[in-house]
Amino acid sequence: MWPLIGIAIIIAGFGLRQNPLLVVVVAAMASGIAAGLQPVAVLAAFGKAFNANRYVSAPWVILPVIGLLERAGLRERARDLIAGAAAATTGRILIAYLLLRQLTSAVGLTAIGGHAQTVRPLLAPMAEAAAARADPGITPPRRQRIRALAAATDNIGMFFGEDIFLAVASILLIKGFLESNGIIVQPLQLSVWAIPTAIAAFVIHGWRLLRLDRKSHRKSK
Amino acid sequence: MIGLSFLYAIAGVLFAGWAALTLVDRSNPKRFGSAAFWGLLAISFLAGDVLGDLGNGVLILALVAIAGTGNLGRGSPPTSSDAAREASAAAHGNRLFLPALIVPVTALIGTLGFKYLTLNGAPLVEPKQVTLVSLGLGMLIAVAVILAWLRPPIRAPFDEGRRLAESIGWAIILPQMLASLGAVFALAGVGGIVGGVAAQVIPAGSVIIAVLAFTLGMAAFTMVMGNAFAAFPVMMAAVGLPVLVGSLHGNPVVIAAVGMLAGFCGTLMTPMAANFNIVPAALLELDDRNAVIKAQVATALPLLAFNTLMIWGFAF
Repeated sequence: MWPLIGIAIIIAGFGLRQNPLLVVVVAAMASGIAAGLQPVAVLAAFGKAFNANRYVSAPWVILPVIGLLERAGLRERARDLIAGAAAATTGRILIAYLLLRQLTSAVGLTAIGGHAQTVRPLLAPMAEAAAARADPGITPPRRQRIRALAAATDNIGMFFGEDIFLAVASILLIKGFLESNGIIVQPLQLSVWAIPTAIAAFVIHGWRLLRLDRKSHRKSK
Repeated sequence: MIGLSFLYAIAGVLFAGWAALTLVDRSNPKRFGSAAFWGLLAISFLAGDVLGDLGNGVLILALVAIAGTGNLGRGSPPTSSDAAREASAAAHGNRLFLPALIVPVTALIGTLGFKYLTLNGAPLVEPKQVTLVSLGLGMLIAVAVILAWLRPPIRAPFDEGRRLAESIGWAIILPQMLASLGAVFALAGVGGIVGGVAAQVIPAGSVIIAVLAFTLGMAAFTMVMGNAFAAFPVMMAAVGLPVLVGSLHGNPVVIAAVGMLAGFCGTLMTPMAANFNIVPAALLELDDRNAVIKAQVATALPLLAFNTLMIWGFAF
């Protein structure tokens, strides 16, 4: 039972809003030591995993491209484009992105979108500009809420689209796990079962996004 | 063969550039700590393989010490004024969107096409890493195109990247740290213990209770680990296979496929999934670190209920 102390430290540390990096290191050391490992061995295991997981941080190389385009006015252009199109409401923009993100992820193109690639430079300024047009007296907290929903829409679109693709990591993980337990399945058998949930995700989140327009419409009247 | 080391070299040079520019940036009140942070990351990416496991562990302690004591600060890297941006947006119009497409399009072409490039019979690019290698290549092409077209100062790619990286702050290495934590948890046997506990609390015979225990367990354990991939083998071994498939004769395909999606609902509700939930809050300059999670809960909970009903209705 004692190795679970790492989980308790994570929950307490995040709950008390301590620096997450500090919380993670303390949790790793505590769980490893509780499992009977030497502190130096735990630190070495953590270092080995950190080095092996560098690919997780490597996509930050995209930042100079996004920064250079922001310098040239990309966010302003995205905003102006929406400000001139009356049909483009916040809800509709986000729903269109949700559908596009689900469809492209379903054919394996998850790398097309993302928080640095599309949400910060394009989707968030567009959604915010549409909200500001519908409600000229928009408050800063409301602006932040719209931006948060833009990020949420990117996550939901990707999560509940990618599993329809046959070769995605999660489908291969499921196939491998079942196979090692003597159950042979084809990826297609698994991925068709992602379709009902993908539709449900579109309906549930899309409905929430549409309500966003009704709310701001009411406010501006 | 070109592999991840190509991408790591690009990232390492970029981080080293940020370290150097930060060191001389007097507008950053914490410039020494900040420069050390980026410098250590540069060492990790350029020389991580020769540091040894313990060396990398010590490097992490140094990174965490800097960030945890508040010595990672923000400066004001040179960039364009608001007025200049408005003017540039008006002058260049929608053509500004084109360079933004270079990276995804290169990633797409590389992912599909690199396997056909061979050198003396061996693939030129390591087949498992084509997407990440294409990402690095796309970044280099996009920066070159922007420099040639818009002619910003030659150090602008470093300064503009640094401006965004400073706004993200310590969260920039949190996803990598959490992935490493998962490896240590696995070493400590955390998954097996959680699975044992989960298996004990389910009453025998009731299908809906067992399904609920499985889907809620998937979501909850995903929230703790920050990753449905870590939760899946544990919950399948503890509840999915022995109870749902073994005792209650459910269809393993439906249980496994939809169970994974129940885990994804948990991913939407946890700060542990930092690259999806915490990093964007920093990137979009939201005051509340958990604002993205709060925006997702009202979608994640109904969807979790839907996935539970799917397994209950179609696996039995």
